[in-house]
Amino acid sequence: MRSLIGPDGPVALAEGVHWIGALDPDLRSFDVIVRTANGTSYNAYAVRGSGGVAIIDTVKAEFAGAFFARLEAVARYDEIRFIVLNHLEPDHTGALPELLRRAPQAQVLLSPRGLPLLRALLRDDFGRYDIRPVTTGETASLGDCALEFFTTPYVHWPDTQCTWFARQRILFTCDLFGSHFCDARLFNDEAGDFRLAFEHYFDRIMRPFRSFVTEALDLLEPLDFALIAPSHGPILRTNPRDYLQRTRALAKARLGAGPEKALLVIYVSAYGATAGLAQAIHDGAEQEPGVRAALFDLEGAEIAPLLDLIEAADGIALGSPTINGDAVRRIWDLMAALAEIELRGKLGAAFGSYGWSGEAVRMIETRLQGLKLRLPEPGLRVRLHPSAEELAEGQDFGRRLAAHLCGRAPARVLDAPEAAAG
Amino acid sequence: MEKATLTFTDVATTVTVPAGTRIIEMSEKVGSGITYGCREGECGTCLTHVIEGAENLSEPSALELRVLAENMAGRKDRLACQCRILGGAAKVRPG
Ligand SMILES: Cc1cc2nc3c(=O)[nH]c(=O)nc-3n(C[C@H](O)[C@H](O)[C@H](O)COP(=O)(O)O)c2cc1C
Ligand SMILES: [Fe+2]
Ligand SMILES: [Fe+2]
Repeated sequence: MRSLIGPDGPVALAEGVHWIGALDPDLRSFDVIVRTANGTSYNAYAVRGSGGVAIIDTVKAEFAGAFFARLEAVARYDEIRFIVLNHLEPDHTGALPELLRRAPQAQVLLSPRGLPLLRALLRDDFGRYDIRPVTTGETASLGDCALEFFTTPYVHWPDTQCTWFARQRILFTCDLFGSHFCDARLFNDEAGDFRLAFEHYFDRIMRPFRSFVTEALDLLEPLDFALIAPSHGPILRTNPRDYLQRTRALAKARLGAGPEKALLVIYVSAYGATAGLAQAIHDGAEQEPGVRAALFDLEGAEIAPLLDLIEAADGIALGSPTINGDAVRRIWDLMAALAEIELRGKLGAAFGSYGWSGEAVRMIETRLQGLKLRLPEPGLRVRLHPSAEELAEGQDFGRRLAAHLCGRAPARVLDAPEAAAG
Repeated sequence: MEKATLTFTDVATTVTVPAGTRIIEMSEKVGSGITYGCREGECGTCLTHVIEGAENLSEPSALELRVLAENMAGRKDRLACQCRILGGAAKVRPG
């Protein structure tokens, strides 16, 4: 098992650049949401120039010992000029408070959006240190060489950035291009097959922010990098550009979008009442030119493939009867899973049948609003099976949703009290 | 009471409100994608792009200015949880 035995000391990536991270082979789940069959690593780096040393990211707190031992093998604490925080999640800032105690003279470099997180992390000590927010194009001089920063928000959290070391053509990307794959051989050409880990990492960590990932790739692609140094998993020194291209492909919606606006009408129904309403909404939406509607009974559908479809769609209308004062479990399961995909700008709507209290529709609306969908139409509720009139109302509801998707909806004018009741 | 109007373009809705209303109080009610977050001007989640009528909105507080700067917001961006409409009309969309 040579692959799991850690390198004892730091590992050189290039002249003046060392890996000083830590291996975590036993981790089996990360951030609650990622399974990590192969463990992970927390890659941190040291970059030396004539004017001092920069430390790029740290490690998870429980691995601080290994990190400091490797750091001490390449630099003295008083040589540390900069500490670069590409991302403030605890898996990369666990050793930061102690590093700052040991190197209080160091200037901390991070994106502006990292500031509130750093304040929360350092609490009362925040004011004691030299903290400098940086944005794209700003640099930090190490004497005969420099680091340059690229603000790349949401390649996990709002604070994420990348750091470019032009002298050795190394791009430090933190979570971007990472994989949870622990292999002491460190480099992509020596490590075991980590393709599954790379793809799974993207799916769980980056997919909800896929348009931000694409923006980051656009920003980084012109750089003539020879090596990508991410903060998890293998260091990408052989064909690094392949990983950028693969990530670009992963960041596209799994299913392509057609020329028409897509509205998905998804429902569950015990006695067919909500189903009837769903059909009417679907039929109404289909009447609007330029809109393609599709109808799904969630009882017969798997959620994962449906997410692929929702990712590529422009709007969703979710229907549930009220059962025991609640929306039904399948709908909640789907709504829970919606956090796994990007929903920016999508339209949402809710509908359902009820007997006496009818809470489900409002609950769906609240959840969809919490996910930041826009809900241009107040939810549609009918008592028991919809009448012919209510079915016509359902069709009209569908037509209006479709019109909103096409930007053709007539402007709605409300008075505040009316809006409050809606 | 003095009135003002707010237009949320993402839901094609215009609403008449009492002058002094915070944008977030209406955006959620009309279903706009301008929603939620902390409501305390800390998280930047309710970032709002002002299309028209910026002059009819309250001046940003020091807190709002700091959060806008940290979120690298543009000159026409505000926080819906902080910003009030003082009169006249304004047109906004999610930032
Ligand atoms: C087990 C059960 C519990 C129910 N609980 C509620 C309830 O709490 N509130 C309510 O308004 N209706 C309740 N209903 C009534 C249903 O919402 C109503 O029958 C509705 O029309 C069912 O729509 P569907 O045919 O689409 O399932 C309940 C029905 C069942 C079968
Ligand atoms: Fe992260
Ligand atoms: Fe990470």
